[in-house]
Amino acid sequence: MPSEQWTHPEPGDGPAAVAAQPSPEQVIAGLRATSEGGAELTQLLTPEGERVPSPQFDKYVEDVDAEALRGLYRDMVLVRRADREANAMQRQGQLGIWVPLLGQEAAQIGSGRALKANDMAFPSYREHGVAYARGVDMKDLLGIFRCTDHSGWDYQGTGFHPYTIVIGNQVLNAAGYAMGQKFEGKVGDDDGEATICYFGDGATSQGDVHEGFVWAAVYDAPLVFFCQNNQWAISEPTERQSRLPLYQRARGYGFPGIRVDGNDVLACLAVSRWALDECRHGNGPVLIEAFTYRMDAHTTTDDPTRYRLSDELEEWKLKDPIERVRAYLARNGYADHDYFDSVQADADAFAADLREYTFNMPEPPPERIFSNVYAEGNPVLDAQREEFLSYLDGFVSAGEH
Amino acid sequence: MSDLQKLTIGKALNLGLRRAMEEDPKVLIMGEDVGKLGGVFRITDGLQKDFGEQRVLDTPLAESGIIGTAVGLAVRGFRPVCEIQFEGFIFPGFDQISSQLAKLHYRTQGKIKMPVVIRVPFGGGIGAVEHHSESPESLFAHIPGLKVVSISNAVDAYWGIQQAIKSDDPVLFFEPKRLYHSGALRAEIDVTGTPVSCFSSQVVREGTTATVVAYGPSVKVALDAAAAAEDGGQSLEVIDLRTLSPLDLGPVFESVRKTGRLIALSEAPSESSLTSEIAARVQQECFYSLEAPVLRVTGFDTPYPPAKLEEHYLPDLDRVLHAVDRSLAW
Repeated sequence: MPSEQWTHPEPGDGPAAVAAQPSPEQVIAGLRATSEGGAELTQLLTPEGERVPSPQFDKYVEDVDAEALRGLYRDMVLVRRADREANAMQRQGQLGIWVPLLGQEAAQIGSGRALKANDMAFPSYREHGVAYARGVDMKDLLGIFRCTDHSGWDYQGTGFHPYTIVIGNQVLNAAGYAMGQKFEGKVGDDDGEATICYFGDGATSQGDVHEGFVWAAVYDAPLVFFCQNNQWAISEPTERQSRLPLYQRARGYGFPGIRVDGNDVLACLAVSRWALDECRHGNGPVLIEAFTYRMDAHTTTDDPTRYRLSDELEEWKLKDPIERVRAYLARNGYADHDYFDSVQADADAFAADLREYTFNMPEPPPERIFSNVYAEGNPVLDAQREEFLSYLDGFVSAGEH
Repeated sequence: MSDLQKLTIGKALNLGLRRAMEEDPKVLIMGEDVGKLGGVFRITDGLQKDFGEQRVLDTPLAESGIIGTAVGLAVRGFRPVCEIQFEGFIFPGFDQISSQLAKLHYRTQGKIKMPVVIRVPFGGGIGAVEHHSESPESLFAHIPGLKVVSISNAVDAYWGIQQAIKSDDPVLFFEPKRLYHSGALRAEIDVTGTPVSCFSSQVVREGTTATVVAYGPSVKVALDAAAAAEDGGQSLEVIDLRTLSPLDLGPVFESVRKTGRLIALSEAPSESSLTSEIAARVQQECFYSLEAPVLRVTGFDTPYPPAKLEEHYLPDLDRVLHAVDRSLAW
């Protein structure tokens, strides 16, 4: 196990030692230290595109040959391009809001591609890359942000639960779902099912996340907690959420926690496969802290220049999740310019398709306000709907005459 | 072949839960102390022994956790029945109830169903410390997507809990805790007979002078008041609301058109409550039939007081009769 970020006093060290607390600088250093591939951070591909051997995790990506790695690269480029297009469409007034994922492509594609068909993912609201990896049509997803729908995809068919906007709620829902998998006897071997739950560093301050840890541990639920620590909860930095690295919290609940380089798609894939495998075999839960960085705003209503220095962003640009795969592919002769150009062309076409669809997205009819509030109906609501529709009909007749 | 059993509300709930679990292996019971202890009121007594720890879950102690995991289990296809020990402890779970349980069906346009029941022992009169005697049902009736019901007798307890579990919508099931073990409310139930629906209001005593509408523990107060009023020559009609959301006010409108007077009775504080809603809707529907304004007999707009004062706080039959006199004097 990795060492603690600071040394706790031993009993008998005397009153001064017992009172010792890590300084704010120590706290921040501990939370943000990445050691560039050191013991604290699982990394398989450096920011420069160098492959780092890992005795523990290499076996989880043995099958990732040049073609598979090109596939991961393409996934990330397409998702980033879609993200930038959506961001632009919000600026043009075509989307009510957008939640950028810029910088988190590796964490989402790596973990998303580690899932099997029968697994279930419980996202927060920034998991567009995971949605893409699960086969959710991104057009359906954009309906949320154009405000025509709350969730437009088939959650069962895709194994991708609706987005959850309330911070941390989905962690308990995922714990319950994973308990169900366990109760149904769907764990215990290679074919076992698992659940993955996404949340951010800010969410770890929520009671529901803590309770989710407790429930999953108590019921041995096959649940991978996937914390994308992008270091900022809107304007609140990680050090406003914790005094120790988030993955270390798992120890307090009695299950393994691990910190992975969230900008390294190969490491995210490997660590997620390992964690999911643990769950499939009944050894869950597991906490993964994907150490990454939100390179854009929290949402399009946010202004990160008010609370963080551009130096920080510049530093993280050097750790870009896409560029390091590109460097690795190019350096090893696994891809050339023509290939990269063709991926970019695919991404542009993907984005153009999303744009065209968004501009022409049908608006729901007024009666949708009332539909599916209840599975079994509600006479009071039915009366309200009839009254409102008849009121609307009055306008139509007035216009016609 | 009928199977008649004489049951208290508590025993009727226990038997109703048992029947639901026998009929559907997807029904789970979950909550604090519901297993070995049988719940703090013993409503789930013996169920874990017979159905095992995977169907009757003694959970960690956190209400958001109970309800949040029930939501996930429902997504997976289970039908969880959560027990909240006392109504005053439901608030840590309020977020999951209002944000997820009530809305997932709507948010997914019907793709996800939420067949979750939350059983809530509620109301005062047991001499308890604070947070153990409240009536927060109006807060839940205000949330679209939830069904809210409250039982007042053993027959409805037995059939109502089974109906709630069968419902594909989330149901908040409010149980009058001070009446759980009342021998006087023991009823003979044909437990193999025809199911009774609880999701509608019901005239439980016919009368002509004035109407009293109540639910949960207040129904007994209303019936006691009606019995007392009879000695004074007044004939009160008593309606047990039973369903708090959606409100089934048809029988109330009908009754008010007959009696011209309505007293809405509840232990809850009055402001922005179910009794407010009843008063508003009755004046809207029965304006020309009313001989007096709708009057309300409720708890006060205060936190629930120390139990030594609850006899003053809780509406009793004298306060109901006083309201009837005021209505008649209009």
